[in-house]
Amino acid sequence: MRTALVLLLLLALAAVPGSLVPQEGRQPAQAADFRRRNPDLAPLLDTLGFFDVYSSPWFAAVYLLLFVSLAGCIVPRTVQYVRTLRARPPAAPRRLDRLPQHAVWTASADRGEVLLTAADLLRRRRFRADLDVGGSVAGEKGYLREAGNLVFHASLFGLLVALAVGSLFGTTGQKLVLEGDSFTNTLTQYDDFTPGTLASADSLQPFSFQLKGFSATYQRSGPQRGTASSFVARLNYSKSDGGPARDTLVEVNKPLEVDGAKVFLLGHGYAPVVTVRDGKGDIAWQGPAAFLPQDANLTSVGVIKAPDARDRDGKRDGLGFTGLFLPTVQLTQTGWASSFPATDDPVLVLTAYHGDLGMDSGRPQNVYQLDSSRMTQFRKADGSPFAQALRPGDRMQLPGGAGSLTFDGIKQWASFQIARNPSNSTALWSAVAMGLGLCASLFVRRRRVWVRAEAMLSGRVRIVVAGLDPGGTDRTAEEVAELAEELRERFPALKAAESDVKNLEPLPQEQK
Amino acid sequence: MSNAPLADQNLAQLANWLMYSAIAVYLLAFVAACAEWAFGSRGPGMRASAASPAVRAAQQTPVAPSRGRTRSAAVGGATGSSTQVLAPPATARPEALVTGTGDGPGAAGGSPRADLVGRIAVSLTVLALLLHFGSVLARGLAVSRPPWGNMYEFSTAFALMASAAYVGLLAARRPVRWLGVPVLFSVLLTLGLAVSVLYVDSAQLVPALHSYWLWIHVSAAIISGGVFHTAAVVSILYLVRDRWERAVAGGGAEGRGAVLWRRLPSSQTLDKLAYRLTGLVFPLWTFAVIAGAVWAEAAWGRYWGWDPKETWAFITWVAYAAYLHARATAGWKGRRAAVLGLVAFATFVFNYYGVNILITGLHSYGGLPTN
Ligand code: HEM
Repeated sequence: MRTALVLLLLLALAAVPGSLVPQEGRQPAQAADFRRRNPDLAPLLDTLGFFDVYSSPWFAAVYLLLFVSLAGCIVPRTVQYVRTLRARPPAAPRRLDRLPQHAVWTASADRGEVLLTAADLLRRRRFRADLDVGGSVAGEKGYLREAGNLVFHASLFGLLVALAVGSLFGTTGQKLVLEGDSFTNTLTQYDDFTPGTLASADSLQPFSFQLKGFSATYQRSGPQRGTASSFVARLNYSKSDGGPARDTLVEVNKPLEVDGAKVFLLGHGYAPVVTVRDGKGDIAWQGPAAFLPQDANLTSVGVIKAPDARDRDGKRDGLGFTGLFLPTVQLTQTGWASSFPATDDPVLVLTAYHGDLGMDSGRPQNVYQLDSSRMTQFRKADGSPFAQALRPGDRMQLPGGAGSLTFDGIKQWASFQIARNPSNSTALWSAVAMGLGLCASLFVRRRRVWVRAEAMLSGRVRIVVAGLDPGGTDRTAEEVAELAEELRERFPALKAAESDVKNLEPLPQEQK
Repeated sequence: MSNAPLADQNLAQLANWLMYSAIAVYLLAFVAACAEWAFGSRGPGMRASAASPAVRAAQQTPVAPSRGRTRSAAVGGATGSSTQVLAPPATARPEALVTGTGDGPGAAGGSPRADLVGRIAVSLTVLALLLHFGSVLARGLAVSRPPWGNMYEFSTAFALMASAAYVGLLAARRPVRWLGVPVLFSVLLTLGLAVSVLYVDSAQLVPALHSYWLWIHVSAAIISGGVFHTAAVVSILYLVRDRWERAVAGGGAEGRGAVLWRRLPSSQTLDKLAYRLTGLVFPLWTFAVIAGAVWAEAAWGRYWGWDPKETWAFITWVAYAAYLHARATAGWKGRRAAVLGLVAFATFVFNYYGVNILITGLHSYGGLPTN
């Protein structure tokens, strides 16, 4: 017990650093930033594994030791418990009237009858009662306490197994899907994919879905103007076994469950639909470009890349645009911003570059950023950077006839997390068992009651009822008193002086 | 359409007024509870001057409010008390909570005047609790959701549960009026912080919180918090009383605090009460953590992700488990267990204030907007 106690304290302590230092796995960006800001501290923290506490060896050492000690406790206790269940309740101590709770009286009755009645009364109170040769009845109740304790501790193993299976075989990934587009659950389709240590891409069930539409509603008045009240993604999905396609709604807190995986709605945003024409008037790029929201009013930033555009002479000269999409435009002193998340007054503000987008270099590129290192920004006649605000339908003419961009319309996108964790039900059932076991172990009282009937020379019987409760609660006293009362009704005390019900001594201190 | 928000505004306004009224009444109750201690210091229960507190305890007439339940004929009685006179304080009978022997006379110290003031304090506390409940309810109706969506609301709900746990113990006829001063103090502190620092106007929840799990998970956590709070207050009083009892048993002077500590229940009673309260809600706290995991699974696709909230809920859980183990381990009972219980409560409080303020602050350097 003491080892367990110390290890429990250590476990609590060991969990702390992971909440203070950003964790590599959960928030890689913050962790990188933390490293940059604390160059002196970072190497030390790295050595200590503080950027990945919950999978670090020392954290594992603490909980594994705890579980070893736990096993070392529950195995012998289970054996002991089974023995107790098989054995008879412990025989009555010699001097029952020394016990803290007891009642004594003398009755004129048959000894055997008293004992049989006592056993019967005890059983009716759901005691395990045992009549022994020594002329007493032993009753015991509350076995569920120990059982609950064992179940509780054993189910901690269930949770450990579930966590291990989850981190070994579970997978999670994210995908941003534009309205109208589809997703098939294969590795290459993910924007970001985190497999468990032993999970393989083959374990992905190739179900698919199409995002038919996305809608969000916002509070239009009151102090909460602009707060979202609902997000709904309309999906049409088909299982990997090729069944019929089905329509469904996915909302926050209401994932779609398909082929053992769950599809969660993570985020949403806008994708302006544009057509980029190059210097020759040809379409260099066309389609929706997903812009990423920066604030609650969905001020969004994004880029549009047309790497294969040509200039007026037909020479390859890529075009790139960066800027903001504002669903409800508002020009503030600090610049363009959105004042409401719905597209009440949408504006696309773009500036443009030409040159080499660097997309042929083979280096992986972030689709949401423009690498303008080998590009030139278009300038107005006065030399200031060229930029233009567009409303849907507007066209932006690039200086020098380098091309144009038209803002054709707006689509929405939704991002999804697709997760598969084969251990969910193990975890849930272990947790349920843990809760039930815990309640039994804390709320069930174990107590013993004995009834002895001693034949006296006079032909009378001296009856002693006594009880013991290791938990030291006052309820046992009540129980003993009630039992004595019932027994006395059948075998009344002979003389008032001889029937004496008392409670002499304090209970012994709780003994463990 | 335009009327609804107006009605909500009125309700929200009502919630604020009720909150200010509740604070005012709590303040009066606090003053009355302090007055009970002040007037009680001259009560007949305090006049005993003999060496051991148990002797004093046995001499005074039982006066504490709602003295334990009347026991069945088989238990208690004069025999019990007379045995008690001989018992040193450290071995006072564990049944003390029920029978009152071995325990101090309570805040009123046996003075009828102080007792009256104490009863007034309890009545005021109940009135404040009702106003407080009304405020939380009105806030909930104003926003048509459970009123625990932000730190202001969480604090007021937590204080409500802390105060309800105290009143609940009184209603269960436990002689715990001596808890009034510290409980009201922290309730006032929490509410004061809530209305001054943490206040935000009533607001809708983001869709991420649209879930019946908000009801289940957060109410379980808040109720656990209220009871953990009471247990923590009892543990502090236990530590104080225990130190005093040891000093007295060791032949030391009673000290200047004696006028207060003498009136508390025996250290054993306090220890046991703290343990019972913790044991009572630990399963609920376990349930709150599990419900949080189930919700996380439903909302984000993983039931456990070690984010700071989850981590600190886990730490609290383990710390309370350590407390329960300590209570059952020889050598750790008593003072060390009580300290563990207080550490566990500190982790609980840190989860709601520290994690929200400090740790998100830590994260916000990463470019998250902090407004
Ligand atoms: C190495 C691991 C552990 C060992 C050896 C261990 C051992 C024990 C034992 C022997 C008891 C019974 C005490 C009694 O009969 O009164 C007990 C009770 C208990 N244990 Fe553990 N335990 C371990 C881990 C844990 C963990 C990880 C938790 C939860 C976080 C936990 C929570 C509890 C609780 C709540 C009780 C009930 C306490 C009470 O009855 O007052 N235990 N433990």
